[in-house]
Amino acid sequence: MEAVREVEETLSEVRQTFKGGRTRSIAWRKKQLSSLLELVNDNEENIFRALDQDLGKHPVESYRDEIGVVKKSINHTLSNLEKWVAPKKVGLPLPMFPTSGWLLPEPLGVVLVFASWNFPISLALDPMIGAIAAGNAVVLKPSEQAPASSSFLANTIPQYMDSKAVKIAEGGAEISELLLQQKWDKIFFTGSQQVGRIVMSAAAKNLTPVALELGGKSCIGVDYMLVGKSLLPLWYIESLKKTIKRFYSESPKDSKCLARVVNKRHFERLRNLFQDPPPTILLDPPLDAAIMTEEIFGPLLPIITVKKIEESIEFINSRPKPLAIYAFTKDANFRRRVLSETSSGTVVFNDILIQFVCEALPFGGVGQSGFGRYHGKYSFDTFSHEKAVVQANFFIEFGSRYPPWNDFKNNIIRSAYNLNYLNVVLLLLGLKR
Amino acid sequence: MGSMAIEEKKQTAAKPFDEEAASAVVKELRASFVSGKTRSYQWRVSQFKCILKLITKNEREIVDALRSDLSKPELESQVYEISMLKNSCKLAIKELKKWMKPEKVKTSIAVFPASAEIVSEPLGAILVISAWNYPFLLSLDPVVGAIASGNVVVLKPSELAPASSSLLAKLLGEYMDSSCIRVVEGAVAETSALLEQKWDKICYTGNARVGRIVMASAAKHLTPVLLELGGKSPVIVDSGINLQVACRRIIVGKWGCNNGQACVSPDYIITTKDFAPKLVDSLKQELENFYGKNQLESKDLSRIVNPHHFARLTKLLYEDKVCGKIVHGGEMDKTNLRIAPTILLDVPQDSLIMSEEIFGPLLPILTVDKMEDSFDLINSGTKPLAAYLFTNKKKLKEHFVNTVSAGGLVVNDTTIHLAVPSLPFGGVGESGMGAYHGKFSFDAFSHKKAVVYRGFFGDASIRYPPYTKGKLRILKALISGGILSIICALFGRPKA
Repeated sequence: MEAVREVEETLSEVRQTFKGGRTRSIAWRKKQLSSLLELVNDNEENIFRALDQDLGKHPVESYRDEIGVVKKSINHTLSNLEKWVAPKKVGLPLPMFPTSGWLLPEPLGVVLVFASWNFPISLALDPMIGAIAAGNAVVLKPSEQAPASSSFLANTIPQYMDSKAVKIAEGGAEISELLLQQKWDKIFFTGSQQVGRIVMSAAAKNLTPVALELGGKSCIGVDYMLVGKSLLPLWYIESLKKTIKRFYSESPKDSKCLARVVNKRHFERLRNLFQDPPPTILLDPPLDAAIMTEEIFGPLLPIITVKKIEESIEFINSRPKPLAIYAFTKDANFRRRVLSETSSGTVVFNDILIQFVCEALPFGGVGQSGFGRYHGKYSFDTFSHEKAVVQANFFIEFGSRYPPWNDFKNNIIRSAYNLNYLNVVLLLLGLKR
Repeated sequence: MGSMAIEEKKQTAAKPFDEEAASAVVKELRASFVSGKTRSYQWRVSQFKCILKLITKNEREIVDALRSDLSKPELESQVYEISMLKNSCKLAIKELKKWMKPEKVKTSIAVFPASAEIVSEPLGAILVISAWNYPFLLSLDPVVGAIASGNVVVLKPSELAPASSSLLAKLLGEYMDSSCIRVVEGAVAETSALLEQKWDKICYTGNARVGRIVMASAAKHLTPVLLELGGKSPVIVDSGINLQVACRRIIVGKWGCNNGQACVSPDYIITTKDFAPKLVDSLKQELENFYGKNQLESKDLSRIVNPHHFARLTKLLYEDKVCGKIVHGGEMDKTNLRIAPTILLDVPQDSLIMSEEIFGPLLPILTVDKMEDSFDLINSGTKPLAAYLFTNKKKLKEHFVNTVSAGGLVVNDTTIHLAVPSLPFGGVGESGMGAYHGKFSFDAFSHKKAVVYRGFFGDASIRYPPYTKGKLRILKALISGGILSIICALFGRPKA
């Protein structure tokens, strides 16, 4: 009951703040984003420590995937915000002259952001950046499976940001459930498909739009590999083994450069998939094994061999649409086929994860990997309502619009709609019936 | 034919469209989708041309079906259903090539050498659930969008407009590629059977109650939805305007659009206490100019769609606290399902007529002390699909545009924003999510896939373990810094 009241009070406060109008001001949005940047700059070491505690992440990965991403996102948003909020004029059909039309982005209101545990800082702050940029008030629910990061966010954000407009709700499933019972103007969720369904069902009760960034096979990390039989998978494997040794030394288990599995539950789950210590490569595991039917989300890499590499297209298509497909090839034809015959959130040729560094690319899934997108301007868009505005005047009047209707008016309007202006003129001049 | 065969035929004809049947339809359509047929530009254009043909060759039948279902005046059928649909097809034919082109995107220096683009691809199988008030437009306009993006489609027309539903089933079956486009007629049972299936997107036009049901069903399969719902679209009328023109535009947006049974029809008016009498007089005058003295029987007005909605509207009108507020109209003809244009003045805000979307020919006028009060009134309700303001005052207009949240706004006219293909048409909050029309239709039914092309050279070893302080420095500069930081980092000096 205590928790229920707390959640309701939190929501009530941010709603009041939004209603008051201060989150709409560009100055407020910029100040919040600058404060967030300050927070990250001042607390780099604290963030490294939290990520090390939660995931054993090395500072280089923490910077590359979390701190760096957030800083880049804030800077990109600050540089472009004025442009994004500006109304966009649109062209109207000629007969409507001199009526004008434009698109005006406006905040949705109060937004709920659920973060996942694998990138607990960036998956919390990156959506939040978009929500604030669009002028909303935000309640952030960090993942309880990354407790040090969650604590860090809950303790630090109120010190830097407007605590009446940006709130953190910590806790586990019970808090999430309570939050989902409230009415939000948008819910942004990063996590599993199973919980994604729960979130969307709850949102449906209030007709709350949602953005779901889900996993499925691959999330954005590499889940499994497809290799042509003729290319001697054993050669690949030797090459992979050599590279792993070079990156992580002879005893990778002890390498400081390798993050650990997030918690005991996931560790047990992964151990059930395979016995050997990570990083583990498997060659041609059975396709109905758990390791090939569930999202691995861990340091195990199955390699599936196919007779011809083109068969990998069919293989991928027989499974739910993933968040990302990575294809290493120099063959332009194969590239074209992968692009047009498979469907995924993103496709990257000859690299992995690089899509993150391109601010101009939308990031999001399709099918079972989710819907809705963000990053860069897409974050701003996803938390905005693009309002259509039309301004007419009193001078120009088109009498044929009005009843009583007759064939003559019928003809004029139809001609106007068909952009048959000559006809309109002829009719008006009485030269045509 | 033997008696056994006749019995079998009877049974097949009477077989309900259940989940099994729905699943079979989806399976068939998905097989067509997988074959790649709908991907081709030529196929998509051919289908647009088929829609154009089916409309052009069957205009009479369409007008008749609309007359049967709604007593819709011919001009409304011609303009709002036939012409708008034709325009939609023509626009798609004209612009499709451009819409289908991938969008090139800038890449940052950190990933050099690389190129990136956004590729539009079809989602797969789309379910379009249509409404009864503009049964052709609201069925085929989304279908045009779904085809434009290369999907296969099932259309479920509204059973509350049965002549239109059956004509749609017949014509689409005759003219379009039925391996990719199907019509499923029916009511709740058939719709539920369809909603149990897995779709790649569902487009629903209708009311918020069913919208919730659609979204909840979609949630089971993580299917994105486009919900075009309704709401109470307010009209704020200021003084100091050309009142005659304003009234004409309000009337044609209200009673000239299916007799108020349109999602963007003006639902109620807000004006000042001082101005209200003038407004009422002007509305009365223009109503008479348009519909004559016997407005109940005017041929230029649609009837109420069915007895259920007639009863609903009667209830709104005859609530105790409201029926004394009628200042014009109020006549009803139950047999012919007709209600005359009716204006009410100063209805209480807690009346039934002010608590739900009217969707009929009743127009309540609320009065306030000053114009600025109208915004609070509107914002105290749920966000409507449209909001209108008639004013010549710049400040009032700016306040309206900046503070009233609705799907779309129009100043000094009503409903015309629907005729602008470069504007998205959709709601916000209770009035819906997502938008379509023009290119927005193409986008609504597409997946925008991000694609990055990298070469094999230019491999930066700083990305790879073992991680060192030096690599961290360079990485920091690459991700967050500008060119100067990168140079400093490469030379081993951290930027101060």
